[in-house]
Order: sequence, then structure tokens, then C-alpha cells
Amino acid sequence: MYAYDEIDRTLVNERVSEFRDQVRRRLSGELTEDEFKILRLQNGVYLQLHAYMFRVAIPYGTLATNQLRALAHVARKYDRGYGHFTTRQNIQFNWIKLAELPDALEDLAKVGIHAMQTSGNNMRNVTSDQWAGVAPGEIEDPRIWSELIRQHTTLHPEFSFLPRKFKIAITASDHDRAAIKIHDIGLRLIKNEKGETGFEVLVGGGLGRTPFIAKTIKHFVHGRDILSYIEAILRVYNQYGRRDNIYKARIKILVHELGIEKFSREVEEEWQHIRNSSLQIDDEVIEDIRSRFSYPPYEKLPHMPDELRQAAADPDFEAWRKNSVSPHKNQGYAIVTISLKPIGAPPGDATAEQMDALADLADKYSFGEIRVGHEQNLALPHVAKRHLPALWKALDKLGLATPNVNLITDIIACPGLDYCSLANARSIPIAQELTRRFANHELANLIGRLHINISGCINACGHHHVGHIGILGVEKNGEEVYQITIGGRADENAVLGNLIGPGVKFDEVADVVEDIVEAYLALRERPEELFMDTVKRLGVEPFKERVYATR
Amino acid sequence: MPLVNGGKIAGDSFVKLAVDTPLPEGGDILVPAERFIGEADALLKRAGKVGVIWPNNRDIAELVPYLGKIAVVALVFPTFRDGRAYSQARLLRERYNYRGELRATGQVLRDQFVFMLRAGFDSFDVKKQADAEAFMQTAKRYSVFYQPTGDGRITALHRRMQLRHSEGVGT
Repeated sequence: MYAYDEIDRTLVNERVSEFRDQVRRRLSGELTEDEFKILRLQNGVYLQLHAYMFRVAIPYGTLATNQLRALAHVARKYDRGYGHFTTRQNIQFNWIKLAELPDALEDLAKVGIHAMQTSGNNMRNVTSDQWAGVAPGEIEDPRIWSELIRQHTTLHPEFSFLPRKFKIAITASDHDRAAIKIHDIGLRLIKNEKGETGFEVLVGGGLGRTPFIAKTIKHFVHGRDILSYIEAILRVYNQYGRRDNIYKARIKILVHELGIEKFSREVEEEWQHIRNSSLQIDDEVIEDIRSRFSYPPYEKLPHMPDELRQAAADPDFEAWRKNSVSPHKNQGYAIVTISLKPIGAPPGDATAEQMDALADLADKYSFGEIRVGHEQNLALPHVAKRHLPALWKALDKLGLATPNVNLITDIIACPGLDYCSLANARSIPIAQELTRRFANHELANLIGRLHINISGCINACGHHHVGHIGILGVEKNGEEVYQITIGGRADENAVLGNLIGPGVKFDEVADVVEDIVEAYLALRERPEELFMDTVKRLGVEPFKERVYATR
Repeated sequence: MPLVNGGKIAGDSFVKLAVDTPLPEGGDILVPAERFIGEADALLKRAGKVGVIWPNNRDIAELVPYLGKIAVVALVFPTFRDGRAYSQARLLRERYNYRGELRATGQVLRDQFVFMLRAGFDSFDVKKQADAEAFMQTAKRYSVFYQPTGDGRITALHRRMQLRHSEGVGT
């Protein structure tokens, strides 16, 4: 956990009082809606179809139990009793009242939570691996650097009015759980030959209307130079990024139009001016941030405790364990992913009661810590294996033990037309229907790892381009039409999916997905060949033939 | 539009000249970039101070040869959403060591004052009277800053280091 000090707390409180003043001026008419819009967006407040939506940051996906309880409190007191976890380690409340927002922010500030820059054309919440600090084989905890960058990007005096939003993600594992290749800047923590920490820097990734996988701009930037290097990228972008067309304003378009070579030369030239400035970070500063992250006092525990051995006789427990429990870097401990994807419900939602109860369980079983991942699930990062059976029972009672992590019903979806004023089509009802179709756990298990991502418009909040099966809702002649892609992925081998055929109507989406899955089961070489691998081996054509033969 | 200079609402001695306005005999003038670059010698020879209005899409490095001779650089925020002039301001102050008046013009609202001060602006063509009147109060809104800029305010990282060291002395 990272503990805010007096300095961090002061800034958050100053931001709350500034926002309170901005809301007051809006309500009194001193600020026009056009002026206020930008100011509220910088503090995570959108105007949606039915009400204001409030997006709260969970930097690098780490939450303490008192923070989760504060989110539950906001859901209960200012919203309709639930919150929605997003694909960028944020939580959204959909029914907030403008006049009450400053109070909600003040309540959150008491536990070091804020909503700064969760929307708007500025540097957004810095995201990272939800298993940071506990994943086996990780080079080092990327949250130290995430926090350093979080601070540096917060209320930045030069880069708070960029051409468009700007997202940074960091990973320190070979397997990328932070989707860094679909970010404006992706940082892969590595060591050089001297054993010094630095980063491979990628730039220009992003989804939306024109999706791009990020390109490597520099193979190694030393840790002490990372802030100046990021600053150089941003300075080039701030000056030359397009501002004439919102759909061409992301850095990915600038990188694409200039070409990565020219863009990197511009950045390099700028960087040479500023790399030896006060942006250089000395070891002492890093150590100071590191010292404010606390790690649990792990015990020496057996790899296979009796409790786990006994519980293995229960097939329901085993079904959950196989999908939800992952190896931990410390023997005797495990990382437990908590599915927020119950059959028939909107993906990523949690009620205030669930959040409170989960906070209690985290206090009891996970040293008071919870993680939030971009797949819209939560995790308990430090569970002693001997507690797994008891934890499972408790989670099951709360409706939080659906054994579908990484399976076909573990769907990523944006809020879509049910909430969002940008959406052209519904997302949540598609996800709900798909979870019903594949509700049978034996079937889902037989299919194996398969990610379905759904977006209700071209802005791609549901990351459809990088879903193994991607579903994009658009509007055509007043009707919802869904375009379906296969073969996308967001990890270290990130690639965009390919269209499988003509768009289909709302009622046909689940049938088409069923046909795709059926085709896969028939086409795979052996049960271990995952959907992604079959698509990679055969391409789209054989799927297209089977799915569209009768349509 | 009230001008805030030195933290207070102040009079403006500068007259804005268009591209084709005849040059007045004396007095302080603010000239568009294009005209300034074209007529720099003549403009700088006359009595009275000269300032330049520099658009946010023109390379600020072009102005470097003249920085010692001009009294005001006015940068432009066509809308407050367009943040290019923040980069120009920091370059002028931090890379080119410009020490004259640096004026923010265009859609300048109170919610940008702190950012602008940090980027090196010291005078402000404020759009609304109420915002100009609230300048001092608004400028003091923040006491914590995470980024080093040319304004010399101490960053949170360095303040922590100082605290650490001063605590270290006592123990």
C-alpha cells in the first residue's frame, strides 16, 4: 500500500476546495456550461444520458480497505447503491447530483482518493499491473514508478490542456496485464546490463476510431530520466498534436503522420535540452516513495496446506480455484481474482454491500489490500492458501465467486446506450445475453480462455479491437448493428482483431458468437489449443465460412 | 478586459496595433508577430516600448534574437482548452531566459491562473472582471506542487527530501 503523507493530502484537499468553488460558480451562473464542462471533466464529471457520471481514480489499481469502504459509502449516500469498475482502474458512479459532488469528493479525500484527471484532455490516471508487487518473476514493483509518474502528471502546469486525453500504463512482468500497447505511452520496466532499472518506452497506442498498437520509441530510458523523457514526449505532442479534429487529436495520429522515426527525433532533441534538469530523479527520491509502500509481513507457509487438500474434494471449490486463484511470489500465498461478472448481470458492477463485505474479507485474508484490474474484476493480492476454502465460501455468499475468470463469460463491456450519451448501441444487454448462453460452467471450461470485449460505439471504451472476440455496436439507419472481429488481444503480443463478416442485428449477436465458438471447437487441433491460437493458425476465413454459410 | 499585472488590476500602457495600423509617434505598442518580424528594426528604433503578440502555432525560437529588446511577449489562448502557449511560455522563461513581461491573452479565466503563473506568465488579460478581482485569492489556492518549473516553487519531492534531512539532523 502507498500511504499519502501530509503533502499529498494537502493537495487533494486544495483540489476539492477548488472544485467546490467551480461548482458554486456554475450553479450561480458565473460560469457558462461551456466553461464549466472542461473544468468538471478535469475532475471526472461527465454529463450522461440520465444524470452526471462521476469517475474516481484508483491509481495503479491498488485500494486499501478503508478506501473501498469510502467508495461503498459514496455509492450508498450519493448514488443508487452501486459502482461500476472500468477498464482503466477507475470506478464510476452513474447517478450523482452536481450539487452533492463536492461533498462526495470531500468524503473520498479523507481516505486519499480523488477524481483528478479521470477525464478531460489531460494526463489520465496512471495504470499498472493489478498483480504488481506479488506476481512471480516480476522485475520489481512497478507501482513505485507509477506513483512517481502519478505525482508528476497531477495538475501539470504545462500539460493540462492537451490536444486530447493522454494515458500512461506500466508493467514490470513478461506477461503484460496492463495492456501497455494500447496506451499513449506504454512503459515496460526492464534492467540494463549493469542491472539498473529503466524502461522500454512505447508510444502512440490507442483504440477508438483509428486503432493503433504502440511502437517502441526508445529501447532503454534509465529510471532517473523517465520524467524528463515523458515530459519531452508531451512537449512535442502539446505543440504539434492536431487540434482541428477531435478524431485526429490523439498522439497516435501524430506518431502515424510523422512516422515513428521523425517523431522520435523530435522527442530526442527536446529531451537533450531537459534531461539534465531538475527533472532528473535521484535514488533518494525513489527510495522515499518506495518507503511509503508497505508490504505485508508474510509468514513461512507450506506450499500445499491441509485445508486446500481437503477442499479439493469439492468440485465447486475446485472449479473456482482453477480459474480464480493464481500463483503468488511467496510460497503458501495466492492471488485471488474476484469475478465481477455474474451470469446475467452487467460486467464490472459491485454493490455497496459487496464492497463493504469485500473490505472485511480483505482485512481478514489479504492484509487489508484489494486490487482492481482492467478486465473489470477485483483481486485480493495476498491470500494464504490455507484460507482459500473459507474465503471461497464467504465470496460465494456475496455472489462474488462466479468461477469464470478468463472464460468466455468474463466479458469486458462499456456502459453503452443504457447510460452513455456517446453510445450508438447497447453493450450491457449483449453481455448479459452472452453470459446466459454460456452459463453452463462445463461448456465454458471446455472452451477455455476466451475474452469477449464489447463497445457500444466507435470510441471503444470496451476495447473491442483487442478482444479475442470483439463486438462493436454502431447505428445504421436508426438501428443497432454489431460488427464482430476475432483474433484481437491486448497483452504483450497485442494485435487488432479482424472483421469476420457483415454486421448483424442486436438479436443475432449471441447466435453469431455461438457459431464462432462452435467453429472454434470444430477447428481446434486439440483441446489445449486456445481460441486465439486457432485463429492465429488458420486466419479469419475458415471461421467466416462456417459462421456466415447459413446467413 | 482588465489587465492583472504584479498581482493587481493595473492600467495598460500598451496600445495594440493591427497589421496595417499606422505607427504612432511615441507610446508603447503591442504588435502582431508577422509585423514585428517584418519591421523589427524600425519598430525598435522609435521611442516607446515594443511588445509582440505571438500566436500559439508559430515557433517561439524565432523570437530569440529580439528577446533582450522587447518589453512584452503576449501569448495567446484562443480558447482556454488550447494549451500550446503553456509550452511556449516555459520555453521563453526556462530555455531562452526571457525576463521581460510575459502576458497571457485570449480566453483567460481564473481557473488557469495557477497553471499560468507556474509556466512563467506574470501578466494576464483577464476575460471577466470578477476573475481579475479574485486573482490574488485564486493564485494562492495551491500550496503543493508536484512538478519543477522555472517559477522556482519547491516541489513535493524536494520538500520531502528537506523534511527527511532536517529530521535526520535531530536524531
